[in-house]
Amino acid sequence: MPTLSPTTETQLMNGADILVKSLVDHGVEILFAYPGGCSMPMHQSLTKYADKIRTILPRHEQGGAFAAQGYARSTGKVGVCMATSGPGATNLVTAIADAKLDSIPLIAITGQVPTWNIGLDAFQETPIVEVCRGITKHHYMVTDIRDLARVMKEAFFIATTGRPGPVLIDMPKNIQQEKVSVDWNVPMNLPGYTGKNKTAQPEQIKQIAAAIKLAKRPLIYAGGGIIAGNASADLRELVRKTGIPITMTVMGLGAYPSEGPLSLDMLGMHGSVYANWAIRDCDLLIALGVRFDDRVTGKVEAFAKHAKIIHVDIDASEINKNKTAHIPVCSDVKPVLQELNRIVEAPDIAPWVKTVLDWKDSYPFKFDAGFEGILQQHAIAELSRLTQDRKTFFTVGVGQHQMWSAQFLKFKHPRTWLSSSGLGTMGFGLPAAMGVQAAHPDALVVDIDGDGSYQMNIQEMATCFCEKLPVKVLLLDNQHLGMVVQWEDRFHDKNRAHTYLGPIDHLEATGKGGTNFVSERYPDFVTIAKGYGWGAATISQKSDLTGAIEEMISSDGPYLLNVQVPYVEHVLPMIPGGRTVDDMILE
Amino acid sequence: MRHVLSALVQNVPGVLAHISGMMASRGYNIDSLAVGETEDPNLSRMTFVVVGDDKLLEQVRKQLEKIVTVVRVDDISSQDHVERDLMLIKVSAPAGPKRSEIRELVDIFRGRIVDVGEQELMIEISGRESKIEAFIGRMRPYGILELVRTGRIAMVRGKGKSDEAPLLHESSIRKYVG
Repeated sequence: MPTLSPTTETQLMNGADILVKSLVDHGVEILFAYPGGCSMPMHQSLTKYADKIRTILPRHEQGGAFAAQGYARSTGKVGVCMATSGPGATNLVTAIADAKLDSIPLIAITGQVPTWNIGLDAFQETPIVEVCRGITKHHYMVTDIRDLARVMKEAFFIATTGRPGPVLIDMPKNIQQEKVSVDWNVPMNLPGYTGKNKTAQPEQIKQIAAAIKLAKRPLIYAGGGIIAGNASADLRELVRKTGIPITMTVMGLGAYPSEGPLSLDMLGMHGSVYANWAIRDCDLLIALGVRFDDRVTGKVEAFAKHAKIIHVDIDASEINKNKTAHIPVCSDVKPVLQELNRIVEAPDIAPWVKTVLDWKDSYPFKFDAGFEGILQQHAIAELSRLTQDRKTFFTVGVGQHQMWSAQFLKFKHPRTWLSSSGLGTMGFGLPAAMGVQAAHPDALVVDIDGDGSYQMNIQEMATCFCEKLPVKVLLLDNQHLGMVVQWEDRFHDKNRAHTYLGPIDHLEATGKGGTNFVSERYPDFVTIAKGYGWGAATISQKSDLTGAIEEMISSDGPYLLNVQVPYVEHVLPMIPGGRTVDDMILE
Repeated sequence: MRHVLSALVQNVPGVLAHISGMMASRGYNIDSLAVGETEDPNLSRMTFVVVGDDKLLEQVRKQLEKIVTVVRVDDISSQDHVERDLMLIKVSAPAGPKRSEIRELVDIFRGRIVDVGEQELMIEISGRESKIEAFIGRMRPYGILELVRTGRIAMVRGKGKSDEAPLLHESSIRKYVG
């Protein structure tokens, strides 16, 4: 039987090896992958490259994809996740959509049935490329192994350049197994995508500087583009040079320090009074890396209606999408800020700055410090205080605890706050924390979560234990879907519609519990945590809070602190959806 | 306002689905869509007719340009251009005076009879939308049995491709000869 000569053998690689070697060559150190029939060859290959790339096995593909996001959001590098065909692939969908809305560089690799079975409704076949078209930045199904090296190159290029986003690569099993002589120097074929970040014209930056010089009541509105564009230092320089107050979106938190002298904290539906009033009264709005999301603007016509708007964004389609800009600048934000910092002159705005800082003094985020138990806000503020002196990453689920975290954490650095902001995916917190911990083994990573969100990816506790990822969880257990309860209280006459998370025969299930604090708790999170090998404790007394958080922080392994909190607490202030700043609820 | 957008796209599987899916999911209505290969087999040309104000058009165009496989997009209705629809229409035409009348109308409209049956004629006609509509109107009394139309295709006059603004003087001359 003829055999291949050794030299030929080394040149020939199968598709799985080409894919994995490409990941290694693109600097991927960690990926989150759950195997199955149609992705097995890639997993076999991953064992060959185990010294270069760590494969973490999540307990659900969605967990793996959010962990990859945690990696990406905290490092700025591409996060990579992998799943098999069919249900494995569809389980990635939510996290892919999430990465699209928050502009996170993510590469999702799916196994697919062999090419000859595609379209025949084969076992575990889904048309995942079709499913994901609208929720990816780009997508590929590799049907010819000779395309693979090029596709990998393009995928990394597309995910990381311009406005970052998720790229899907669907890999039929026979392509993973087929062998080919690889040309690693194959050029990309992207005639419609340069990847070159657009940069502003010098005249546009002069216009911005001139507008700033003339402004009497300017305000900076900064978002995720500052974080993604690594422009936080430049933004801080702009604030320092001009003395203009700054407010941030949920995606932008950390761009400017919470305790910086001109921080107006977060704006929008649950933003600060002073940020929203500043938006109402400003005469120049400097919007940097933002997209005028409805949760920020409320009724869009009334948003910043007295202001000239400067809008800098890398994505041309964001400019004039929701709000017309007077000075539209389609550009990467960093070079704009660098050039602006070179030429800008501080405007004469002392009275305006005094006004907004007086508002800040008069209307801070607040909670009832006299409450006898532990309030969610109190627990978060205390966690923030106890972690001030060390680099800490915070992840959150979605709901009240997320908004309180945005309000009460003191952010210092970009990329240390991870929140599913655009899609608002419950269950984001734990797997995201897992990904952060994998990327930053020595850092403190805390998932601040609610009992509703937490149970959407609770299975990842196993991953944290088995993969030695010592994530901490501050679980604010109120037995309810708190944000929906809040809306029921405000807009639906307190009628409880499937917002209680305990047994259906409990009085609380129909809202007839009559208390603000559920004493019988379900489930028993401490027992669950211990079953997964975690350290855990439950507290409900105020006096236990500080000590319990300290114990959590100092524990070596993964640790869950279950804090029993009331459910009647509302996130305030609040501007109801589609309304204006004048409708802001303060009490 | 009615706009004719011409998009040059990579000739790869799924581009049409991607683009039409984007249009549908963002709620943009397409009046007409035609796709075909270009002189370069790696590229296809998609021609859309979209009705909307300038703000909508700006968004449609930017969202199209954002798609990785879209090479470029031009609003060619803002330039001097030629537009065509192609139609095949089958009309009831029993032998006799009616058939002669139809033949006469086909000549006037510069169409062609491409199939003759005992009781019907198949006619091919191309031209601007208004001409096609007018011809349909003329055929209606005879009884339209079947009708099929392509989407709109369009091209900018002059030396340049749709991608480049045509030279002004050339285009103004050609306006009268085209």
